[in-house]
Amino acid sequence: MRLLDVLGPVMIGPSSSHTAGAARLGNIARILLGEPPVQARIILHGSFAATYRGHGTDLALVAGLLGFAPDDERIRDSFAWAAREGLEFSIETGDLGDVHPNTARIELTSRSGKRLSVVGSSVGGGKVEITEISGLPVSLTGEKNTIVAMYPDRPGVVAGITSILAKVGVNIATMRVARSGRGKTAVCVIEVDQDIPEEVVQEVRQLPTIENVIVVRAQ
Amino acid sequence: MTLAELAQRALAEGISLGRLAVILESEETGIPLDEIVARVRDMVRVMKSSVSEGLGRVEASMPVRPGVLERARRSRSGLSGGDAAKVAGRIASGRNLPGNFLLAKSVAYALAVSEVNAAMGKIVAAPTAGSCGVIPGTFLALAEVSGAGEEDLVDALSAAGLIGQVIGERVGLSGAQAGCQAECGSAAAMAAAGLVQLAGGSPEDCIHAAAFALKGLMGLVCDPVAGLVEVPCVKRNATSAAVALASAEMALSGVRSRIPPDEVISAMAQVGKMIPPALRETSQGGLAVTPTGLRVSREMANRSSVCMHPMPKRPGNIEYTTLTQIRPHFDDPHR
Ligand code: SF4
Repeated sequence: MRLLDVLGPVMIGPSSSHTAGAARLGNIARILLGEPPVQARIILHGSFAATYRGHGTDLALVAGLLGFAPDDERIRDSFAWAAREGLEFSIETGDLGDVHPNTARIELTSRSGKRLSVVGSSVGGGKVEITEISGLPVSLTGEKNTIVAMYPDRPGVVAGITSILAKVGVNIATMRVARSGRGKTAVCVIEVDQDIPEEVVQEVRQLPTIENVIVVRAQ
Repeated sequence: MTLAELAQRALAEGISLGRLAVILESEETGIPLDEIVARVRDMVRVMKSSVSEGLGRVEASMPVRPGVLERARRSRSGLSGGDAAKVAGRIASGRNLPGNFLLAKSVAYALAVSEVNAAMGKIVAAPTAGSCGVIPGTFLALAEVSGAGEEDLVDALSAAGLIGQVIGERVGLSGAQAGCQAECGSAAAMAAAGLVQLAGGSPEDCIHAAAFALKGLMGLVCDPVAGLVEVPCVKRNATSAAVALASAEMALSGVRSRIPPDEVISAMAQVGKMIPPALRETSQGGLAVTPTGLRVSREMANRSSVCMHPMPKRPGNIEYTTLTQIRPHFDDPHR
């Protein structure tokens, strides 16, 4: 365990899992959407559903969707900020099945009509894991710089992405591809050791059939 | 690494435990020394502002927003808030127990930071959000009396962190893993070691102070009412601060733990495993299931939700919404 894991994070209370982690989840969902959301539907599961009022999990998730970091003092006023920024949202409680007790499902729509659903869990100490993007199973913690690419499944796309990364010397730490079926939508999540230069993102975007490329930077 | 090895190494190199912590972190992660120190310094500054906010003080450096003090006084659940100001007020009027100035201040500050945490204010989780009041409470109270400066506090916080690392590796630092002994107990041990360093004690003194605190709080269960980090957590931060001060006082006097500090941590790990799940952050035992604890828990669950638009009831359990119309169930194209 590292010194800077024991000391910190600097965060808005009261709970690293139910408040700080929730803000981070909202944040990653916003980044994955790629545009500011204007509508959000949030479904809280398990311990999130049971204790969200006292822990401000709802406020923190909405704050994250607005792009506020887990130590942003605007978290406790995030509903007012949402009104100001034009984000409509609903908070629901429900059963998301066999998932971590601190799990939320977030469904987002951007102004241009882009839609995305994300399922993520707050796994302790403010750390999170996104387990599903638009119905596809993934694992994304945001602890390393991560590239998320979505595209209609076709041979050669993954090889295309990895060769672009290799060319600029970006080292792949982990990689996972999921698809809803052969030839259907696929998502590729690649965690890397280095920074991801903007030109890499541009180049990946140029690959045939790529629909969307998002970079989630480590925090 | 064991506490004994760490103390030995610090002594051999003629550096404080805090400095050793920074050096080891830098070796491990490759982050430059200055950057680590800067990060810890930021935390010391946040700790100071948490105390100020919790006491309802407004400082020039603090952004003043309407309602901020009101909120600082009460948590969202209404279960905590305002107690730090009571203790601080009594000290200010000189009515604290005779000669009890440092302890009373530590208690007021520890309450202040914990109340700020419960009220969704900014804190440093050290080691956790639930136990975030112990270290700033004791450190800042002592610094006020002794005149210790910011760099001393940075060094003491680093030393505290090193103790936390050892406990974290061998026991864990969450109530769910090993009960509150792992949160408030660890915080008290970390604080005790840091206090000793602030007072000029040796690395050896520091680890014995940590051992006294762990022994004093060994077996402490985690039983938060309604699953919220408020009751008993806020007041447990204050009482743990007292344990830290008593432990530091003994260690600085040359008192030694009969059970070596590393064996104390092993015992703590063993006890943690023996604490039943009902007393490990599940709110199924202890104070959480007292008649009052259960009543509070029911009230929290039944509290009427804010409904900003009239909502049709449906199986999804809509708690509230600002959506002008609820969209049909979001269809994943791939489901
Ligand atoms: S009682 Fe449990 S939740 Fe409260 S401070 Fe202790 S370990 Fe944390």
